Amino acid sequence: MSKNARIGLWLFGIYLAFYAGFVWLNAFSSETMKLTPIPGLNLAVLYGFALIITAFALALLYGLFCHPSGDRREDQK
Amino acid sequence: MIYERNWTAVIIFAVFVGLTMGLSFYLGSRARSSKGYFTAHGQIPWFINGIAFAGDYLSAASFLGICGMIAFYGYDGFLYSIGYLAGWIVALFVVAEPLKRLGKFTFADALDAKFQSRGIKLAVGISTLVVSIFYLIPQMVGAGALVQPLLGLSHWQGVTLVGATVIVIVVSAGMVSTTYVQFLKGALLVVFSFVLTLMILQQGLTVKDGGIDGHHFRVVGPVPGERLIDQDWQQQFLPHLAVLTPDSAWIEFPYLRTEDQQTGEVITWRLEENEQGETALYEAQTLTKTKEGQFLVNGRPKGVKEGEPELHPIGFISELPDGQERTGSLGPLQFFQKLHGSRIVQWPSQVIQETDGSQTTVYYQKVTTGADVLLPGNSPTFKGVRSPYASDKVNFISLMLALFCGTASLPHILIRYYTVKDEVSARKSTIVGIGAIGFFYVLTLYLGLGAMVSGALDVTDTNMAAPLLAKSMNEWLFAMISAIAFTTVLGTVSGLILASSGAVTHDLLITVCGLSLNDQEQVRIAKFSSVIIGAIAVALGIVFEGMNVAYLVGWAFSVAASANLPSLVMLLFWKRTTRAGIIAAVVVGMTSSLAWILLSAETYVGVYRLDPGQAPFLVPFSQPGIVTIPLGFLTLIIVSLMTQKSLQVNEPTGALVS
Repeated sequence: MSKNARIGLWLFGIYLAFYAGFVWLNAFSSETMKLTPIPGLNLAVLYGFALIITAFALALLYGLFCHPSGDRREDQK
Repeated sequence: MIYERNWTAVIIFAVFVGLTMGLSFYLGSRARSSKGYFTAHGQIPWFINGIAFAGDYLSAASFLGICGMIAFYGYDGFLYSIGYLAGWIVALFVVAEPLKRLGKFTFADALDAKFQSRGIKLAVGISTLVVSIFYLIPQMVGAGALVQPLLGLSHWQGVTLVGATVIVIVVSAGMVSTTYVQFLKGALLVVFSFVLTLMILQQGLTVKDGGIDGHHFRVVGPVPGERLIDQDWQQQFLPHLAVLTPDSAWIEFPYLRTEDQQTGEVITWRLEENEQGETALYEAQTLTKTKEGQFLVNGRPKGVKEGEPELHPIGFISELPDGQERTGSLGPLQFFQKLHGSRIVQWPSQVIQETDGSQTTVYYQKVTTGADVLLPGNSPTFKGVRSPYASDKVNFISLMLALFCGTASLPHILIRYYTVKDEVSARKSTIVGIGAIGFFYVLTLYLGLGAMVSGALDVTDTNMAAPLLAKSMNEWLFAMISAIAFTTVLGTVSGLILASSGAVTHDLLITVCGLSLNDQEQVRIAKFSSVIIGAIAVALGIVFEGMNVAYLVGWAFSVAASANLPSLVMLLFWKRTTRAGIIAAVVVGMTSSLAWILLSAETYVGVYRLDPGQAPFLVPFSQPGIVTIPLGFLTLIIVSLMTQKSLQVNEPTGALVS
């Protein structure tokens, strides 16, 4: 598998776990979402914003770590 | 609500739409070849393409649907924001670069790159058409909803106007103009939403007892229940009002109906019992459709001009934390903290079938805590979050899965990978797209909650929340926001029609039917099919009036994810995928998800207007993704394993991405 595809799948896995955690908490532990880690700001709002910000952060990381000239097989480098 | 034409708004709107169309025609005239028409010669710079992704993606569903859902139900609409954005992760990390490497014109090109099969082109071409049409419905519904307050047109007139405009754009232009128009609109939408958010924060929160038309909604009591029938009490607390003997249909519901002896207005009161057993009366609003088709607002014929009977605009805070009356300007986090400690008046509805054949919808006040509004599970769509039933929970997970998987399977998004020159540009433009789209989705929570307490909401239409929020602040801003939203709809619809006409021309006519068309004939056929698809979209946009557009887009995501994603992912990552496996997965994914949606209880209520209790066969929950996406994968694996022989003989090459 190429370097870019491998980085992509790793980052995809990280985000998938983060997203699945959000869906799971909402579906099976909705009380947890009421917690207010910061006074007046519940976990639902914080987790939601975190999901959006993390998506962009991971996208930037992907851009930084990827092979600059596109997807190449490692054996072709 | 009565929507009167506002000429300032109309002029700004006309100028904006005129400029957009002028740009389309100018750029369109420079792209005559089929490669120019469908993919802008693959020469769009990555940054422009990235913002154009935002323009394509932030459609009516995002701006109108999500903001409307948040304005009416709180946090739930934000779940769509989260899901829609998460889908871009699949697009960037899994699909973007290999898709760019494999395809040429359409999504079917990429799936077919390895096999050169007519069957694949046929199946994927049809699925592209189906998904695009499903995605077109909410755009048209949203456009109709937008035009109504701006130009004073009815829903069907608005939808037809949009359809006609888009057909003109697509027929005269192509991918170059669509891209630049999307770039401009994407950028303007994000910038103006940001401006609107800053204004919301600057304005802060204020305690009110009614909307912007100055009507004060009354609350009487609480009093012991028996006092309600005491005539002295009635005269003292409900002056000028005569208590009516209710139609028998009302008896089982908690309402008291009174008639204003001076105006003849019928005022309906919602009876709410508190913990001490006392009853409070909350003033409600009613909209009645008589057997003859006439509309009555609070018992009087609905007006057509300002000052005549109409439903009052709604959405206000009844109590702020610490007894404050007004907060003054707020920071971005303070906004949530203040809301969290407030009490907000929401307006649910209840439909009552009266014995004379008329149907009355009661919109009543429901005081909710801000803390509750900022939690998921308030809307019918996401009730699964708070429901004890497993089927509701599965429905919720199913929708979130479809949103996650759907983006990377949407044909009009996928074709944008062919407008840039290489894989690096595809990647970079996706990252820019995620930045712009993510920023916008953060703003949706402010816009929606701002609309919720703006006093400007139309109680009958969730889709109008964001433009009406702008209207409550400034007519110019309203005109700009409406014009941007409207042109965004135009652009998204153009993109969808382009994707569909590309599928018809390249996948179905040239490859499947074996027609030999020269360059100009291809463009001509594509334009002809655009007109047909546009007409279908207009018809469906009229039929689906009034449904929340974010909800409708959820369906398009489910069909796209079920039909397209399994084949795309498995082709890229599983060496043993066969031609027959891909065809079977697309056909099974598409038909199963479609059938599921058409048999769901929500379609019975929202589209067929039937009682789901009378349905002969219903699926256990409404969102198909959790069943039909895995079904697509399973079908592909089983059929591929059964047809390995043909793969060994004909296609000795390995998986494409490795």
